[in-house]
Amino acid sequence: MATIVPFGPQHPVLPEPLHLKLVLEDEIVKQALPTLGYVHRGLETLASIKDINQMVQVVERVCGICSCIHAHNYCMCIEGLMGIEVPQRADFLRVIWSEMHRMHSHLLWFGLLADAFGMESLFMHAWRIREKIMDVMEATAGNRVIISINKVGGVRRDLSQDQLKWILKVLGEVEEELDKIKPVLTNDYTVKKRTVGKGVLTYQQAYELGAAGPQLRGSGVVQDVRMTGYGAYKYIDFAPVTEPDGDSWARTMVRFRELYQSIDIVRQLIGKLPEGEIAVKVKGKPSGEIVCRSEQPRGELLYYVKATGENFLDRVRIRTPTFANVPPLLAMLPGCEMADVPVIALSIDPCISCTER
Amino acid sequence: MLDMTATIIRNFLTKPHTRLYPITVREPFENVRGNLDIEIEECILCGICSKKCPSQCITVSKEEKVWTVDPFACVYCAICVENCPTHCLSMDKHHRKPVKVKEMNRQVQVKGPEKKK
Repeated sequence: MATIVPFGPQHPVLPEPLHLKLVLEDEIVKQALPTLGYVHRGLETLASIKDINQMVQVVERVCGICSCIHAHNYCMCIEGLMGIEVPQRADFLRVIWSEMHRMHSHLLWFGLLADAFGMESLFMHAWRIREKIMDVMEATAGNRVIISINKVGGVRRDLSQDQLKWILKVLGEVEEELDKIKPVLTNDYTVKKRTVGKGVLTYQQAYELGAAGPQLRGSGVVQDVRMTGYGAYKYIDFAPVTEPDGDSWARTMVRFRELYQSIDIVRQLIGKLPEGEIAVKVKGKPSGEIVCRSEQPRGELLYYVKATGENFLDRVRIRTPTFANVPPLLAMLPGCEMADVPVIALSIDPCISCTER
Repeated sequence: MLDMTATIIRNFLTKPHTRLYPITVREPFENVRGNLDIEIEECILCGICSKKCPSQCITVSKEEKVWTVDPFACVYCAICVENCPTHCLSMDKHHRKPVKVKEMNRQVQVKGPEKKK
């Protein structure tokens, strides 16, 4: 006989309110039914009362983790509509801060995952390393998470030579610390027992269900929006990180290897950072329709903006990666044990506030 | 299994990475966006700060010569500081302390800025 067990919205492993109705037969999950809408805030409607410049601060608050990338994407939309060419240095600085955000997001998630399978010491190590990156953001941008660095036409702060040197030094330290916890992640029995072979998403499923980001790359699909070369990504060399297995372990390894990739990207950017202006003066109002994509730590982020030449935008539609990752999660859960559900749900790095905006 | 041994031993022998706040307080970094303040006698009460503010936390009354900010609605973006034509707004590097009663920061102008000849 099937039993229905509610999972969430308040659950010790969930940082945010996702509700799943789990249809169980004994201990095995047969079906998972999601419920969303606990933290809907109606940010998109704010476009009718906040002007195009104030909206930068609004979209930053869509997500508490990757705020810089949201603002970057929104600014790309408005600049695309108005035909503004952002100075090259501003493009580089935006991507440096975006990659910092990716690193701190992955480390935060990594800590949460460790906490979910009960390895609290690894959780503390991950968050200790993350604190170094938070310090860099606080000192260079002025705040820890919502750094408010983007504006339409460029960036608001510059990085001095001393700051760049300091960032490189901190990145070296972070890399060293990551090397130390890498064997724990790759060899430890506890980690492997809870992740290897759990929540498998095949290549075909990931492709058909429209998974995004590390979830997609963890199933072996080579796709990364950064490869389209938006911002300063066109000036640097990198290849998407992929793993073939499609289980929780593969997704963990994709994110862990992406940390090294981000360190490498920031180093390349600092090495090639051009001199010049950091912002251009913006005149006029946007008009038309545009779609812009960027790569968040969780996957592909899509903005649709419609403007009619006024101070307020007609429409701002935001599609976040967790929204795309919920259907694959529902495909992964059937067949797994009830006790594995928390770790599998966390392995997609759910950001429910993002999804509900 | 023993990958963390060196780290564990080092952790026993070194100080903790956390601080006993509020006994030990870390000095904030330079240029951090903290409390919003105003040199009220320099202000021309133009109201640009209140129009540009994304959270509408600033109100300016030209008749009463009063500038008010709600520190609990402020999002610390410093847009007002960048747009102030007289540069009378500033943000210090310290964050707002926790309080029991929420109060507005209300500044009344007495004399006003000196008029340039």
